[in-house]
Amino acid sequence: MRRTLALLRRRVLGVVPVFALVVLGAFLLLEAAPGDAVDAYLAGVGGGDAAQVAALRTEWGLDGGPLPRLVAYLSALVRLDLGWSSAFQRPVLEVVLERLPNTLLLMGMATLLALSLGSLLGIVCGARPGSLRDRALSLAAIAIYAMPGFWLGLVLIVAFSVELRWLPSGGMETVASGLSGIDRAIDIARHLVLPVLSLGLVYMALYLRLMRDGMAELWGQDFVRAARARGMTGARLVLRHVARNALLPVVTMLGLQSAAMLGGSVVIESVFAIPGLGRLASEAVSRRDTPLLLGVVLLSAIVVMLVNLVVDLSYALLDPRVGSGTGG
Amino acid sequence: MRAPFPALPLARRSLLAGAAAFSMPRGAWGATPKRSGRLTVAADSEPPNLNPAIIASNGVFFVASKVIEPLAEAAYDGRDGLAPRLATGWEAANDGRSITITLRQGVTWHDDRPFTSADVAFSAMEVWKKHQNLGRAVFRELEAVETPDAHTAVFRFAVPTPAQLIRNALPVVTSVLPKHLYEGTDIMRNPANQKLVGTGPFRFAERRHGEYTRLVRNPTYWEAGRPHLDEIVYRVLPDRAAAGNALEAEEIQLAAFSAVPLADLDRIGKVPGIKVISSGYEGLTYQLVVEINHRRRELSDVRVRRALAHAIDRDFVVRTIFRGYAATSQGPVPKNDRVFHAPDVAGYGFNPARANALLDEAGYPRGADGVRFRLRLLPAPFFNETRQFGDYLRQALAAVGIEAAIVSNDTPAHLRAVYTDHAFDIAVGSPVYRGDPAISTTILFQSGLPAGVPFANQYGYQNAEVDTLIRQAAGTIDDAERVRLYRAFQKLVTDDVALVNVAEFSFITVARDNVLGVSSNPRWAVSNWADLGFAG
Repeated sequence: MRRTLALLRRRVLGVVPVFALVVLGAFLLLEAAPGDAVDAYLAGVGGGDAAQVAALRTEWGLDGGPLPRLVAYLSALVRLDLGWSSAFQRPVLEVVLERLPNTLLLMGMATLLALSLGSLLGIVCGARPGSLRDRALSLAAIAIYAMPGFWLGLVLIVAFSVELRWLPSGGMETVASGLSGIDRAIDIARHLVLPVLSLGLVYMALYLRLMRDGMAELWGQDFVRAARARGMTGARLVLRHVARNALLPVVTMLGLQSAAMLGGSVVIESVFAIPGLGRLASEAVSRRDTPLLLGVVLLSAIVVMLVNLVVDLSYALLDPRVGSGTGG
Repeated sequence: MRAPFPALPLARRSLLAGAAAFSMPRGAWGATPKRSGRLTVAADSEPPNLNPAIIASNGVFFVASKVIEPLAEAAYDGRDGLAPRLATGWEAANDGRSITITLRQGVTWHDDRPFTSADVAFSAMEVWKKHQNLGRAVFRELEAVETPDAHTAVFRFAVPTPAQLIRNALPVVTSVLPKHLYEGTDIMRNPANQKLVGTGPFRFAERRHGEYTRLVRNPTYWEAGRPHLDEIVYRVLPDRAAAGNALEAEEIQLAAFSAVPLADLDRIGKVPGIKVISSGYEGLTYQLVVEINHRRRELSDVRVRRALAHAIDRDFVVRTIFRGYAATSQGPVPKNDRVFHAPDVAGYGFNPARANALLDEAGYPRGADGVRFRLRLLPAPFFNETRQFGDYLRQALAAVGIEAAIVSNDTPAHLRAVYTDHAFDIAVGSPVYRGDPAISTTILFQSGLPAGVPFANQYGYQNAEVDTLIRQAAGTIDDAERVRLYRAFQKLVTDDVALVNVAEFSFITVARDNVLGVSSNPRWAVSNWADLGFAG
């Protein structure tokens, strides 16, 4: 318990400079992009006269230089105020919190699918590396991994929504359906099947490879040979001794993947018209809405940090060597 | 389309020539729609401020025109090309100083308050004139709106104002707001800018950002028996392929504004149960133009600009890039505006030999590498077609010895580069023709504008004669004289090649066969849809 708390404290403290870097980086990138939120707004409404343009820049706080803007943003941020979104004309916090659950649901389900199916098939392959079963599955996994997620998504839509009409082609749930409780949950689940498949299958291949290769390597290790010499065979040997030890790199990858999956969800959210954080980030960039982008980036950083924290804690469960002796 | 919706033009009766062949919907015109049903349509943009009295743009009107009505709407038939909405009559005084508007009686707001001339006076003086992107120019000289009774509004102008211009602008700039919800508030931040309250056939129900906006039938609409539909749902579909797929899967019944890309029309037009309609947008004409930076030494020579105009094969552009859904163009007023269009402007046909000769004559011979000079070419990212035309233009210019390097930007960066920083040599743009040259066309040629005003003359073009004509026409109240001045203006700027006009284009609607009443007027996609319904 003490070890866990120490880890937690270390993580939270370590994350402050990371957040500062992330905010500064995103801010500078958007500053470096030519054009501002008023330019983006004017393109949308078809122009405006000089007085109107100047008034808008003043109202949106864009008439000063980047430094005063950054200072103003940071001083609001320490009071936990994420600012005002010019693209949505609403508080940033409200906009991002509205989108967060959708992204978490999509990412969570896709990760669950990728991790469970990937490690399961990885064990099947790794139980007998080099077998026909292993080769066929590995080849299929590589093929899926080579597909761009959005393309897989479009193919799934054409097959299952347009041709077979089994599943909806997009959206988070049926529009103004009036459903509630379990019916609504089923409705949302039906909408999530295709996006979760497109996002999850691609990452599944990664876990499969990792699991399989880890296991293939372990078969030659002394402790496995020793176990065999003791007469251990079959599922017990594969699962308790080989697979469990191959699981560590898989869990490591899970932490790394949570960040990559947030990136991948930008495309999937657009293809399937899911109002999530990824799409919001791309909108924020194209509308030059700096506070909104920083809000999305910060929230994503928090999500990634939390996932990695869970990953670190689960190391300790999987491998008693982790964290012992150092006292943290 | 993925583009922003630059605000829109007005009604003119004819069709784009290239699109005429596709214009008749295959559905039954005569059938009466039944009174029920939810229509789900594709939407790709979500304007944060939905108030059409403040932001007169297609993106806003697409949703808001069903809730908030203008004084008059564009019509294929009818006096002045208009159909009455909240106004039933409009009469201009001979001195051009006032227009008397007669208002419809028995109209109520969605919150059951009566609609009166006070609402019109308030909207005009406090909203259109002060806040609206187009109204700030059109109503600049509006002095007062008098309300002698509850159903008459008299617009008084400080200087003689052409009634023709006001009439042409009515559908776009006169969305009427309820005074009782806006008076004494911060108009730009009024909550009713999102939760709209109007007099229209549909009431605003709810909006979920990134998902949908829902409108419901107004049971107390002033026009008996309208609207037919119970609900309109705008489903946000950000992916280019999504609208086509959703139509095929029958999840949506209609996609307007070319939400189904031109490239997919051939395929989707053959799907049973789906119709492709290219009419209903005559009042929303976009112009494909080459914008020229006259500050650049080579381009300040009119012979070089004429060479550019001769280097472009307009028929090829219409046929290939627009797949026939457009018309070629030679001047700043589109052909479908029969009143103002000057047919006798200088034409620059496709003639590379002439272009080469002009460039030689101007003193820019080909170098050893065959290149005369190099240009930066900035295609606007607003439409697929503006980007594709950029690629075509690069090749067309290479054929006459001009090497153009394409600079790609996203929308805000493009606006900044062209209209503020002037960091371009040539650019591809898509200005909108709004039914009267005075609304947003002359500003592309008039000199002396400060940097940073977009969709305007940031080109360094200056011709005193043109400036005089523009000023003169703005104060001319006689219809025929105005037309004569604007025709002279077209000749002048075309001779000068201030810009190169290449094509005139608009949008395509794709709908399920059972949707009736599509394209019933020249601004159909941004009109009130009271007559839209499902086959019985």
